[in-house]
Amino acid sequence: MIRSLDNDTLLGLWERMARIRAFETRVGEIAAAKEVAGYLHTYSGQEAVACGVIPLLRDDDWFTSTYRNHGHAIARDIPLDEIAGEIYGKVTGVCGGKGGSMHVADQSRGMIGGMGIVAGGLPIATGAALASKYLGRDSVAVAFFGDGAVHQGAWHEALEFASLFQCPVVFVCENNLYAETTAVDYHLLAGSVSAMTGPYQIPSVQIDGMDVFAVRAATAAAFERARTGNGPSLIEAMTYRYGGQYEGDTQTYKPPTEVAYWRGQDPLLRFRSDTATRLGMATLDAIEQSVQVEVDAAFTAAEAAPWPDISEVTTDVYTPIA
Amino acid sequence: MTEMNIAQAVNAGLATALEDERVVLIGEDVGTTGGVFRVSDGLLARFGPERVIDTPVAESGIVGAAFGMAINGLKPIVEIQFMGFTYPGFDQIISHVARIRNRSRHRFTAPMVIRIPYGAGIGAAEHHSESAEVIYAHTPGLKVVVPSTPYDAKGLLLAAVEDPDPVVFLEPIRMYRAIREDVPDEPYTVPIGVAELVEEGDDVTLIGYGAMMKEIGAAFELLTASGVSVEVIDVRSLVPLDTETIIESIRKTGRAVVVQEAPRTAGFGAEIVAQIQEHALFSLEAPVERVTGWDTIVPLRRAEKHYMPSTEDIVQAAHRTLLS
Ligand SMILES: Cc1ncc(C[n+]2csc(CCOP(=O)(O)OP(=O)(O)O)c2C)c(N)n1
Ligand SMILES: [Mg+2]
Repeated sequence: MIRSLDNDTLLGLWERMARIRAFETRVGEIAAAKEVAGYLHTYSGQEAVACGVIPLLRDDDWFTSTYRNHGHAIARDIPLDEIAGEIYGKVTGVCGGKGGSMHVADQSRGMIGGMGIVAGGLPIATGAALASKYLGRDSVAVAFFGDGAVHQGAWHEALEFASLFQCPVVFVCENNLYAETTAVDYHLLAGSVSAMTGPYQIPSVQIDGMDVFAVRAATAAAFERARTGNGPSLIEAMTYRYGGQYEGDTQTYKPPTEVAYWRGQDPLLRFRSDTATRLGMATLDAIEQSVQVEVDAAFTAAEAAPWPDISEVTTDVYTPIA
Repeated sequence: MTEMNIAQAVNAGLATALEDERVVLIGEDVGTTGGVFRVSDGLLARFGPERVIDTPVAESGIVGAAFGMAINGLKPIVEIQFMGFTYPGFDQIISHVARIRNRSRHRFTAPMVIRIPYGAGIGAAEHHSESAEVIYAHTPGLKVVVPSTPYDAKGLLLAAVEDPDPVVFLEPIRMYRAIREDVPDEPYTVPIGVAELVEEGDDVTLIGYGAMMKEIGAAFELLTASGVSVEVIDVRSLVPLDTETIIESIRKTGRAVVVQEAPRTAGFGAEIVAQIQEHALFSLEAPVERVTGWDTIVPLRRAEKHYMPSTEDIVQAAHRTLLS
């Protein structure tokens, strides 16, 4: 895989992963400093999934995300100012400060949005894919979801629709071993999410979700299948969230040995060791520094940005009357 | 007596209820974690995993399974993490739990409690902040109660567990740790269907429930200080509604302010206003005022305060009734 990618592509992947890490680290800090109220769900540890999948999306593709959506938004190149602004609830936010951290959405980039409801995005992505098929387009839709989503009826209904109507949809599970505080050992009876698609006749793979190249390869195959009219597929990326379910979660349920193991699998470390000889450590370091500067600027701008006018509390519920 | 807050009072009520072996507590993270708001802290250790059941993220499954348990002799207490997460389970609630008694002519009943933290105030935005109580109140077959004090929290919970019908038990998130009071250590119930006359007065009646009782209490202080004689009613039980207490009060004061945090249109306050006009129209000295949230989705933190009815809104509404 790596050999087939040119240097620009590799650097693009690195830049996005580094950007997500720097951004989410800052989100953790503002949460700890109580600068933003409400629940903030960070993506650190899972960067390889967003960056393995999303850069392969075309402009006319769609995807749904979850409340843990900052990484997806960043991988889709939504400007950091707009994401940080949204988290703060400022006018500069991508949704003008209405959606907040859990509901980053950007129609112009095919991001249907974060969904606060577990499994909420799967039927929606399936429908977007069905519309593409109906309209005769070869665009695809992706639904990102966590391991916990398989327990919702909506998950099963979406898979059934996708298969029955052969929708060009790719279901991407980010199996990070926990649904809130509940471990997959307890809640995931099938042992894996990929094992659950058989009865729906949807092809699935379980892959190393800490390896951006493995994610990219699986995604390329799934997109190819979808774009050529061969229906849905599911990718289960095994990954780990470094933060809590939300910032402030004490994470007492995570065994230290497990944390150490997954830290050892860090997607940024893995990328470095896979590419350092070709790209050079200095180049990678320089990118890390430049994205840090971007992140600092984005948060400074978000802090300084104006709040939406309070009168906007009642706007945007229905079509504006001309 | 032990001094405690609402979260502790619900915890104490759950512990008392669980003494009955037919009672089980079921929900996401209710066991190991003690629930999102730590309301069920310590109960897993005390009663074991067969009685305090951690479930997958499956509200439809949770409610439906609890209903099946209720049919088969148990008395389940469900916890849904936030009101916005009841919606995936709403089908089971509205299509089955609420209707079984009617459709089976009492051959089956659903003696279960559905506990739902609700309401805004912690800046956690939509799904985590809504007040959709009227959806439940509008569903025949469900009883709906909303405590606003630690004493009522424990007493209403135990009444809900005893009740032969399904009871939606709403817990005002913002109030969980806002007030403390003495709560009896022994079991007791607060009857469902009885409002509480919190303050007696002659000029105007303030009517509300849940987290709004805090704002109403503050408005009472301000109005009293300015010489208005204020009566305060904590509805506590939306269904069945204690219309009598409300009507009796209106016959005396002739003026009312009905307060709800929920959006205005078709909110539960509208039902209270309708009851007043049906039963006490000729006692009214002024149009009944409604103080409510806006017809919108609960906004992010900064605007949340603006969304929520304030003490000032209530005071002004009371003054408007006094103009007539
Ligand atoms: C329908 C619904 N129920 C409960 C919740 C509360 N909740 C938020 S995240 C979460 C766990 C989801 O775990 P998983 O799907 O594995 O995603 P992860 O958070 O690990 O990314 C739960 C239960 C919710 N958002 N939606
Ligand atoms: Mg998970």
